[in-house]
Amino acid sequence: MTSYRLPTGGLVDRTAPLSFTFDGKALSGLAGDSLASALLANGVRLVGRSFKYHRPRGILTAGASEPNALVTVGTGGRSEPNSRATMQELYAGLVATSQNRWPSLDLDIGALNGLLWPFLGAGFYYKTFMWPGALWEKLYEPFIRKAAGLGRATYESDPDQYEKQWAHCDLLVVGAGPAGLSAALAAGRAGARVIVADEQAHAGGALLSETATIGGASAPCFAAAMVAELQSLPNVQLLTRATVFGWYDDMVFGAVERVQKHVAAPQAHRPMERLWRIVARRALLATGAEERPLVFGGNDTPGVMMAGAARTYLNRYGIAAGRKAAIFTTNDSGYALARDLEAAGVELAAIVDSRRQRPSDYRGKARLISGAIVTDARGGKSLSSIRVSHDGRTEDISVDLLAMSGGFNPVINLACHRGGRPVWSDAQGAFLAPESLAGLALAGAANAVTGIAACLADGAEAGARLAAELGFAAAPDSTPSVEDDIIAAPTAPLWSVPGSKVKAFVDFQNDVHVKDLGLAVREGYGHVELAKRYTTMGMATDQGKLSNVNAIGLLAQVRGVSPGEVGTTTFRPFYTPVSFAALAGAHHGRHFQPVRKSPMHDWAKARGATFVETGLWYRPAWFPQPGETHWRTSVDREVRNVRANVGLCDMSTLGKIEICGSDAAAFLDRVYCNPFLKLPVGKARYGLMLREDGMVYDDGTTSRIAEDRFFMTTTTAYAAGVMNHLEFCSQALWPELDMRLASATDQWAQLAVAGPKARAVLSQIVDDDISDAAFPFLAAGEVSLCGSALRGRLFRISFSGELAYELAVPAGFGPAIADAIMAAGEAHGICAYGAEALAVLRIEKGHVTHNEINGTVVPSDLGLGRMVSAKKPDFIGRAMLAREGLQAPGRAQLVGVVPLDKADAFRSGAHILAAGAETTLENDQGYITSSCFSPHVGSSIGLALVRNGAARHGEEIVIWNGLRGEITRGRLCAPVFVDPEGGRLHG
Amino acid sequence: MASLITCPHCGARPKEEFTVKSAALPRPSADAGEAVWFDHVYLRDNPRGAYEEYWHHTSGCRRWLVVSRNTATHEVADARDASEARP
Repeated sequence: MTSYRLPTGGLVDRTAPLSFTFDGKALSGLAGDSLASALLANGVRLVGRSFKYHRPRGILTAGASEPNALVTVGTGGRSEPNSRATMQELYAGLVATSQNRWPSLDLDIGALNGLLWPFLGAGFYYKTFMWPGALWEKLYEPFIRKAAGLGRATYESDPDQYEKQWAHCDLLVVGAGPAGLSAALAAGRAGARVIVADEQAHAGGALLSETATIGGASAPCFAAAMVAELQSLPNVQLLTRATVFGWYDDMVFGAVERVQKHVAAPQAHRPMERLWRIVARRALLATGAEERPLVFGGNDTPGVMMAGAARTYLNRYGIAAGRKAAIFTTNDSGYALARDLEAAGVELAAIVDSRRQRPSDYRGKARLISGAIVTDARGGKSLSSIRVSHDGRTEDISVDLLAMSGGFNPVINLACHRGGRPVWSDAQGAFLAPESLAGLALAGAANAVTGIAACLADGAEAGARLAAELGFAAAPDSTPSVEDDIIAAPTAPLWSVPGSKVKAFVDFQNDVHVKDLGLAVREGYGHVELAKRYTTMGMATDQGKLSNVNAIGLLAQVRGVSPGEVGTTTFRPFYTPVSFAALAGAHHGRHFQPVRKSPMHDWAKARGATFVETGLWYRPAWFPQPGETHWRTSVDREVRNVRANVGLCDMSTLGKIEICGSDAAAFLDRVYCNPFLKLPVGKARYGLMLREDGMVYDDGTTSRIAEDRFFMTTTTAYAAGVMNHLEFCSQALWPELDMRLASATDQWAQLAVAGPKARAVLSQIVDDDISDAAFPFLAAGEVSLCGSALRGRLFRISFSGELAYELAVPAGFGPAIADAIMAAGEAHGICAYGAEALAVLRIEKGHVTHNEINGTVVPSDLGLGRMVSAKKPDFIGRAMLAREGLQAPGRAQLVGVVPLDKADAFRSGAHILAAGAETTLENDQGYITSSCFSPHVGSSIGLALVRNGAARHGEEIVIWNGLRGEITRGRLCAPVFVDPEGGRLHG
Repeated sequence: MASLITCPHCGARPKEEFTVKSAALPRPSADAGEAVWFDHVYLRDNPRGAYEEYWHHTSGCRRWLVVSRNTATHEVADARDASEARP
């Protein structure tokens, strides 16, 4: 394979060869190449297979709109499917693999689809695979998915880092071509903070592919001088390899910067990609224009290329994309390529110009065929000839490169992201940006301006104008003289050519051809949004950058209306695909779901705890002892030991809120349904918080530490929600109350010491008198610990139903005080117990958690109706709690459940049915909310919410688990299985 | 929805830092009657245009704000501290 690289020319570094592979074959390119240009230089024309028909495809463009040259780049966790070869910079060792072919790119079985094409038109799948419906999931869809496809995502995790960043500026310039650079200079010189973002590796845009002379310098040199000046301005930031992909509310723009996608050995301390959110006071789109393909038979044959792309490969990369070329054009841009090809010594067989009028200034040697069209391109995997039709005659011309230009579409995508619709211009033969866009302007080719000088002037004017709007005195410079610029004035669009023998593609990536659009109109899907979905045109990863306007033109032609009447589909972010990794940024793995550890975490770990995840927290579930092989053995032992001796449990994950101020008591009185106003100093009280609709929201104990200071605990799960709620109440509802809130969850380590011997143990730690007389049930207050070594807060509260205390100490002292308690308790048989034993203890005692507080219960449903204050004039939930239905008979109420046969077990979630009732959901009377094995009772026990449950204690029922097919006979009972009189609490 | 909310305490901040609660409506008095309370708790207007909502600067100053925004254009006209902007 001989090189297609020309001996001279281009912006590539000929002293820096780079080796790479394509489908395992070793190839060589140059520094400065794109993967596409390197493939072309090596004569690789066939680079992919099309989506549906598996047609051979080559490189069509030299930029972001590429629909064909999609390859998988990289290996392992770094492999990225569907990478556009035109946008991928070459680096040493790059591994590229073709997609959607089997067994190989050259011999692809799927290409048989191409022979079946008369049956595979638009809507084929819907029509053919309709019956039987059941086969869709099992047969049709997997088959279609396998046959029609893109690259495959890797299953390996991405080894690289990604990050997100905000930026603020006066002016964001999108695109660093002639208009963008001159706009940035005009605004930057005036002192405005400017960010210029360009998707290419080097700023310059079209100037990098241009042979015109600007101000006496070559176009790339002129661009480099502009870039150098921009980089010298401290108020200007130039982002290259950065695609601005969306325009969002409040002038926020999203951009993705490919920081290390072009690097052979990415550095671990730098991100692979960086997601920018740029807040701009003004924005200028200098995004250029996209050349429009021509729709003729075989226009997807490898070797058919956009004229502008052929010019870029020639001038920027020093590559002749063919040995013998032809140009098919509707406008003068084809002549710029013709001139440059001839200057480079490439044989140009013909210029096929659809216009009758010969351009007066073409001086080249190539044969010029005016008023002519290319009807078909032939050659299969590589172009061999074109059929030209002119003046009623056809002739075949043998060429291996056909460059086409059907005019230009201004790139206005970003301007339409916030709901504006493009406007069709007959004069320009193109859709233009919506008018009157607040804060955003367009310049250069995106603004339908043609020619380098005009683009430079338009950009400078726009930059100066936008800066002036922000108060920066700016005047555009005089525009330099430009020589040898071929300016392509707009011409009438040529939507299709008559007489094509083979398929003429409109949407290359989704294999939509001319006849599909005609079919869509005939079958009633002529509306642009319907035609899009019926034919899938514009729905591929390129979002129809090349195809949409042609499709609209063709629909207009078939329907006999103007393209403006057909209108466009909706432009949405992202402009080009953005990787999930960039969108996730640093938020992956543990950074997405961080681990919350109690201050007692390592203490528990050192004691061999098995942990359980509850939300973000890791809580000790149980503490297995030597010889214990089953979790139940450990949990039963811990439960028994608490009931018989004493245990220690970490309660630090409970939400803790410090509430202070002269109105703190009044505030609590309004957020709890039970009274708090007169809670004495030194006392704790169980509090029930309602929602405004009267349902129970959360519960916990709140203690009065001082006249104007309270310490609230919430459940672990609702800690953040309760804090938000209390802040709302204090700031939005009752700002006149003199009080403040502070979250103190992480400030305290809180330990429960529970069991009949709890006092005996704690009295060795606590200096103060904690006898029942001095520190009775529900006492609370500051205490001195370990011989005045430390102060903590002691609460005589009990979740287990035993004599129990909770001791809070500053978080860092938690492990030390726990060690001291364990040492003091050794003689009393103390053990550490975990969340499982805690749950068993509270179920035995009938204490509710959010298993029971399920958002549909009011206090009386939980047997807590008497807590609700009848005297308080107002509290959250008071008004709606009074609704008739919330007190009506027939509501689900909290009960206990035991099996008739102690050997039987049941699970939470199982339904309660009346004894003898058929096992159907119609007979459902409630469900088990919590269940466990109770060592105290000697069987499974449960709490349940059962219709009229409070009045049904003693009734035999059936516990039905339909999912597992388990039916257990049981009996309803009071929801307290241990010490219903509460004697132990007060012991 | 807006991309930025100008917190009266923290300046323009990304909306991800905020949590929306609901329409900013005055809390009825305890004895306002069931109909008024039902309306307050369950019924919401869904206007096209200006709308006032409670937003919490959860990941910022933790103040509750009353944010006035336009549901059609997404424009945020105003954001005031809820304690000073009681509906």
